Amino acid sequence: MFSYYLKLGLLSIRRNPLMSALMIAAIAVGIGACMSILTVNYAMSGNPIPQKSEQLFYVQLDSWDPNSPNDDGSFDPPDQMTYTDATALMKADKAYRQIASFKGSLVLEPQGDDERPFSVLSRNTWADFFPMFDLQFLHGSGWDDAADYNIERVVVLSKETNERVFGGENSVGRSVRLVGMDFQVVGVLDEFHPAPKFYDVTNGAFNDPEDLYIPFNVGIEYEMPRAGNTNCWKSIDGDGFEAFLRSECAFIQFWAELIDETEKQEYMDFLNAYAEQQKLLGRFPRPLNNRLNNVMEWMEEEEVVDEDARVMLGLSLLFLLVCLLNTIGLLLAKFLGKSQDISLRRALGASRATLFVQHLIESGLIGLGGGILGLGLAWLGLRGIEVLFGEYVENLVGMDWVMVLTAIGLAILSALLAGLYPTWRACNITPAEQLKIQ
Amino acid sequence: MEFGPIWRAMTRNKIGAILIALQIAVTMAIMVNAISIMQEKSRMMNRVSGLDEHNMFTIQTVGFADDFNERVTTEEDMAALRAIPGVVGAFQTNSMPLSGSGWGMGLQLEPGEEIDGTGVGMYFVDEHALSTYGVNLIAGENFSTTDVVWREPATTSWPGKTIITLAMAEALFPDDAMSALGKTVYIDDTQPMTVTGIIEKMQGSWPSWDGFERVMLVPSRLLWKDSDYIIRTEPGMRDELMPQVEELLAERNKGRIVRRMRSMDEIRERAYRSESAMIKILTFTIVLLIAVTSLGIVGLASFSVNRRTKQIGTRRALGATRVAILRYFMTENFIISLLGVILGAALTIGLNILMIETFSLTRIAWYLVPVAMLIMLGIGQAAVFGPARRASSVPPAVATRTV
Repeated sequence: MFSYYLKLGLLSIRRNPLMSALMIAAIAVGIGACMSILTVNYAMSGNPIPQKSEQLFYVQLDSWDPNSPNDDGSFDPPDQMTYTDATALMKADKAYRQIASFKGSLVLEPQGDDERPFSVLSRNTWADFFPMFDLQFLHGSGWDDAADYNIERVVVLSKETNERVFGGENSVGRSVRLVGMDFQVVGVLDEFHPAPKFYDVTNGAFNDPEDLYIPFNVGIEYEMPRAGNTNCWKSIDGDGFEAFLRSECAFIQFWAELIDETEKQEYMDFLNAYAEQQKLLGRFPRPLNNRLNNVMEWMEEEEVVDEDARVMLGLSLLFLLVCLLNTIGLLLAKFLGKSQDISLRRALGASRATLFVQHLIESGLIGLGGGILGLGLAWLGLRGIEVLFGEYVENLVGMDWVMVLTAIGLAILSALLAGLYPTWRACNITPAEQLKIQ
Repeated sequence: MEFGPIWRAMTRNKIGAILIALQIAVTMAIMVNAISIMQEKSRMMNRVSGLDEHNMFTIQTVGFADDFNERVTTEEDMAALRAIPGVVGAFQTNSMPLSGSGWGMGLQLEPGEEIDGTGVGMYFVDEHALSTYGVNLIAGENFSTTDVVWREPATTSWPGKTIITLAMAEALFPDDAMSALGKTVYIDDTQPMTVTGIIEKMQGSWPSWDGFERVMLVPSRLLWKDSDYIIRTEPGMRDELMPQVEELLAERNKGRIVRRMRSMDEIRERAYRSESAMIKILTFTIVLLIAVTSLGIVGLASFSVNRRTKQIGTRRALGATRVAILRYFMTENFIISLLGVILGAALTIGLNILMIETFSLTRIAWYLVPVAMLIMLGIGQAAVFGPARRASSVPPAVATRTV
């Protein structure tokens, strides 16, 4: 029967080509608008490390100013950590794994006389960065703990940097010149483009990952240039880098890997004990307010989903509503226009249920058409967004199969919903009345 | 007028009328709120920067060689840049206004750690900065050559003079902004600085910050490995000079790289990219929305004309003029649209309240609602005109034919 209804549906769609086109177009436009915006929102609110996002915790210590709130008026703890605290937490080693990291901006001098030096972004971090965030290597591996403590000049390159400097060859064991010093390559990463770039949202939640990774202590020891946000609430006591490191300036992101709730609780207790101890030293003037947020909680806290994107999502859903109202009206007109057809079929013995299914299938067909066309429009819409926003949205405008299925599913569902009332009305036509007129 | 019969006829097909009215209402709610967002974004983009934007550009220099000499490099670079014909001014700084990166400080009227300073965007400049920015000094005087000191990296002491913007002066001295001139303000909690000049208008680095127009200039040359140069050219010379300057700087010193050469126009475009994108997307959305709604009205009206062909013929046969038929459909649409826009006004305000609560949006301007109501009524009338004219051309003879 289904195929017969399909045939009837197609016939009916063909009989009123203009009206059908209008309905399909309305659904397509609604779906296209919704899906392109939804895709961006979906990508922004995606989980960048689903396999362990519940075990990774962003650590916030409230070492901040007792007299004035933050820029946003709240008394939340700062979103980054001071050097004093980050090194103390690393040394305490209380979590299963923990890493402090900060961003740097360096000049890389390729070998060969014709090559021009260029600037690269670095992440200064600890050995556990790589296993903690499940990074995959093309060649070699991360450095070991000894390299951190012995301040060894080792480097892990991103895939792109390795291609640029070594033409994509296995460069493990070779050396790279950074700000006038030689670094030994120990590993080359595979593709790594987390979106959001969860491990450092302070410096741009959708920025590209850094070009290379060097030990935290090396960056500090050689006073290598830092990049990224630095926030100080208290004036720095004295000149020079040493004074800066001792200051209340926050520029470090700190992550801890904690396996279960018990470990989390223990770590929280440890943080609070640490803060209490710092209070005795005259630091941490605010009331105790340390935080542990797992990856998705932290993304929520930092509002990585852009407000404009959320506004647009709301508006686009309303847009879809207008398109559906449109479709309901047109379907109603169309089905009621077929009154005589329907009456005839009823008189010849078709039950109401049969007619109901038949007309729902027709609505579904229109939805399918609208969905497929809508997918095309959504793709166009995403290209438009890419052109308008530029590199900022690079990682956000790809549609995966989830989005494709959502688009088609949403289109069919919308069309079916839109078709319900018109179908119900059509099935309630009294055959005798209609046939009499004939 | 035939309001009575039209109304009674409509009540026979309530759902159709309700659907159109709803569609008009939701369309209007989206349209007005979208326009309000666009107005807010363009107000933000239209703030005047006070700079000679079209004739400025910036370039970053990053020293990396062991023997890189910051002081010599800066001095020689500046001398070379200022000697280029067509260059009006050049100076070294920490960052460019509107660029998104910068240095924020707090200034306060009394020294003391417990006092909350007023946030301000800070730029290190020399005596060439005012003429290079193209800003208007309305009180006090420019820095002199002797005011400008060399600043080591990670220094915590500050020079004794500063020039601030009028917006900053207003924030510090709300009663009499111009009285800021000559006053002592404190930076880094305790270090005094004297305000030696007030600039009429200038913008800082972060367009979405509410202290965007609060700026202070500090007379220092930077002994940093990386710094920005800002260069202003004679009108129309910028595009010609940009590649020349890049070449000159790259060739002059191999111990550094130059990068991120950007015109101020490009920096502005980048700073407001998401705002201008949002405006374009919303405009497109409104156009599409109105197209969908009007096509819907056309479709439904055509359908109802087709269904009523016989009745129209009968009315014509009974003496109704073509104008009367036309008027019938136009009036019908007017009533439906009127209901739609009244509901629409309520929805618009409701949606606006919801958006203000959920997001950091502002209230819609009052006049948008009545204007949008008129526009929606007009769109309804325009959409129904085609089908209504077709209805009016139904010949009376139709009534005599059986279907």
